[in-house]
Amino acid sequence: MQTICRFDRIIPGRGVAALLEDGTQVAVFRLHDDSLYALSNLDPFMDANVMSRGLVGDRGGEPIVTSPLLKQAFSLKTGICLDDETVALEVFAVEVLDGQVRVGVNSEVKASA
Amino acid sequence: MSKLVVIGDGMVGRRFLEAVTQRDPSWEVTVLCEEPRPAYDRVRLSAFFDGVSAEELSLASELDGVDVRLGEAAVSIDREAKVVRSASGEYAYDKLVFATGSYAFVPPMEGADLEGVFVYRTIEDLEAIKAHSQGRRHGVVIGGGLLGLEAANALKLLGLETQIVEFAPWLMARQLDEAGGGILKQHIVKLGIGVDCGTGGTKIEAVDGRLRMETNREGVAYDTDLIIFAAGVRPRDQLARDCGIEVGERGGIITDLSCQTSDPDVYAIGEVAAMEGMCYGLVAPGYSMAEVVADRLAGGEATFPGADMSTKLKLLGVDVAQFGAMEGPLSTTYLDPAHGTYAKLILSDDAQTLLGGMLVGDAEPYPLLRASVGGKVPGKLADLLGGGEIEGALPDGAQVCSCNAVTKGDIMGAIHEQGCTDVGELKACTKAGTSCGSCIPMLKQLLKEGGVEVSNAVCEHFTQSRAELFDIVKVTGITTFSELIARYGTGAGCDLCKPTVASILASLSNGHILEGEQASLQDTNDHFLANMQRNGTYSVVPRIPGGEITPDKLIVIGEVAKEFDLYTKITGGQRIDMFGARVEDLPKIWRKLVDAGFESGHAYGKALRTVKSCVGTDWCRYGVQDSVKMAIDLELRYRGLRSPHKLKSAVSGCARECAEARGKDFGIIATEHGWNLYVGGNGGFTPRHADLLLSDVDTETLVRTIDRFLMFYISTADRLQRTSKWVEGLEGGIDYLREVIVDDKLGICGELDALMEKHVENYADEWKGVIDDPEKLQRFVSFVNAPEAPDPKIEFETVRGQKFPAGTTERSHSTPVALGTPTRK
Repeated sequence: MQTICRFDRIIPGRGVAALLEDGTQVAVFRLHDDSLYALSNLDPFMDANVMSRGLVGDRGGEPIVTSPLLKQAFSLKTGICLDDETVALEVFAVEVLDGQVRVGVNSEVKASA
Repeated sequence: MSKLVVIGDGMVGRRFLEAVTQRDPSWEVTVLCEEPRPAYDRVRLSAFFDGVSAEELSLASELDGVDVRLGEAAVSIDREAKVVRSASGEYAYDKLVFATGSYAFVPPMEGADLEGVFVYRTIEDLEAIKAHSQGRRHGVVIGGGLLGLEAANALKLLGLETQIVEFAPWLMARQLDEAGGGILKQHIVKLGIGVDCGTGGTKIEAVDGRLRMETNREGVAYDTDLIIFAAGVRPRDQLARDCGIEVGERGGIITDLSCQTSDPDVYAIGEVAAMEGMCYGLVAPGYSMAEVVADRLAGGEATFPGADMSTKLKLLGVDVAQFGAMEGPLSTTYLDPAHGTYAKLILSDDAQTLLGGMLVGDAEPYPLLRASVGGKVPGKLADLLGGGEIEGALPDGAQVCSCNAVTKGDIMGAIHEQGCTDVGELKACTKAGTSCGSCIPMLKQLLKEGGVEVSNAVCEHFTQSRAELFDIVKVTGITTFSELIARYGTGAGCDLCKPTVASILASLSNGHILEGEQASLQDTNDHFLANMQRNGTYSVVPRIPGGEITPDKLIVIGEVAKEFDLYTKITGGQRIDMFGARVEDLPKIWRKLVDAGFESGHAYGKALRTVKSCVGTDWCRYGVQDSVKMAIDLELRYRGLRSPHKLKSAVSGCARECAEARGKDFGIIATEHGWNLYVGGNGGFTPRHADLLLSDVDTETLVRTIDRFLMFYISTADRLQRTSKWVEGLEGGIDYLREVIVDDKLGICGELDALMEKHVENYADEWKGVIDDPEKLQRFVSFVNAPEAPDPKIEFETVRGQKFPAGTTERSHSTPVALGTPTRK
């Protein structure tokens, strides 16, 4: 897991982009209930690193982020695109420790659990 | 080549010319037109006083093989020689068509020829009335029928105290019964117009520079400045009488159902024709006659199909409709003096068949009722009369739009087969509702009947429409999305409702759009105050009000673009767009721009974009007003105004319209006397010319009206509904809009004015608000943990001396395509 920023640096209801040590770009979202989600920052439809700048919300109760380019919605939980289920974003592990947001690839979480 | 002479170039004459040239272009056609201008829309004549110009009323079009001789009246006809003579020429004919129309009837009365006494028939009459009314205060209209009410409206618009004097015992006696006439009078008196029925003028005298009209009632006389006779029309059949063609007892050239007169080579159409003895004073039967004669001249067998004399009008803002029979075996009425409505239905003796009826004050059921005449009564009487919900049981053959002859079957076909889902699509598809618009409520009902759910709900989180949310926010004073969704919605929101609410909060002047919770609602463009492009970079557009810019500022833009390596392009809105800015560079770019005096151009927002201008009187030898200054003033007044969709404007300095103002949401065109204001124009996907809202107004009136137009739009439009669709969707269209924002019919103008005043007072440059605020600035980073590290995925290549996003340009730029030249093989 890699520390990316202080928790209160992220505005409730928005995301930030983080650059992992291996060059991976992750979009980290904080919802209004202070829950955190992390997905790949790459919009697979337009091949641009913009997902962190999308709007979050819900569709039928499922928390989502919408691509700021062509507005496809992705589940924040599974990364699956709700408008085209053949496409999905990679999901990353995210947690808060001592007020710091930490992100890692999902396998790391599973390994440490 | 056969020769055709047409006498008269009115609405029916013009329709005939179009029909005949289309069916049989071999005729050599000469038109003798007494009036100095070609055909115009006499039905809309009164719009002249609403600022619609003579040019806009014109129906003239270039027709091949037609020689229209304006200002040249026919004076005699030699039927032996088959020649029509004017004062200056002779025209031989093989066939002759009378389309001379009517003249205004002036009852024999002493003093009817005095100065200040007018009729209401031609544009020249209206111009004379307008000129005479200057500096005067009172006018009398003789006649309380359709034309009289039109004339009274005209005098009211000219600012005169107005009195109607009608000989019949009630208003519109030909269309309404006594109770209907009474309700109509109630409405008109409320508008401040005097109504005196059962009274006839007997004598007019000039007294001390004014006029005095005596009446048939003891001791009743009117002192006034101007008198208009609007007591009906008579067919202009004198020429026919003079050459021995048969005319009717009460006037009009007698024809058979093919419009042929007693001379087989002579036809009569329109108001001058007495078809089987009957004259028709409406334009629709005249159009039918025009088609009949055009068909006959092309060898056809058409006959007059009969006339539907039903009418629906808005007179002085009051709905009046009459359809089918005026009387019958049974009738049922509903009278509501409190709301000023009256309805009467005429029924067969078994009360099963609708024969006719009339409506005053509320004509909403008119299309359904009119279409049902002769058939089954289309609903419960109580609902039909009292404005209840009417279940449409209309047969497929029933005509829904009488202007364009569209049946219910046509509409249902458009819904089911062509997939129309709203009124706009139905209009485009079937032409229904595109002329008078009275059938639009019917179209909505048919959409419902066809199973189309018409929902304006913003999204799954709010059942309300944008307009309803706007009202809720305005009335409750709620300032956050979370409170709004907790109290009025469900769930967490989405990319539809969040920006909508953000826009509403911004329209109501709630501070910087990135302040507090508002920051989380903004679409990416608003969140970064720039337009996101395909590769995740942004474009930057500083405001250049009116398109006027100093060389020094141009240099600053050039320097900024060079320093940050931005692609530059001139926009359609007379400003400069800089593309390819990385998110982390935006604050540095704007620091330089703000220091040089630039402000945000809001190219990223659903907000006012630009007000384009031509150079106007500053430089142009044709300009009649200072269009550049006006454009700058307007752009500065409305900059930053958030709205349901983007807003574009332009100001042209003369009628040549170089700024293309009529393609804008609000466009201003200079006149010699002031400004004309047009609204609801659009370029883009569905181009639409803006409609004239006001003409020849001064700057203060202009600006006040634009204020109200914008705020009324912002208060009531749907999400992402441009002004063009909004204006089209208003029931009653541009006239209704004028009633609301000029005449203040709804009593909301004060509030609209206050909202705009608040916007103007609270405006602050959004970019300055960011670069002076460290908290907001820290959001403009590429990575939260590596603020200055550029996204390595963003790459550019160079084409035509500038940079483009890498990978996108291969097909379109690497092999130049020679456009418009044949490829050599």
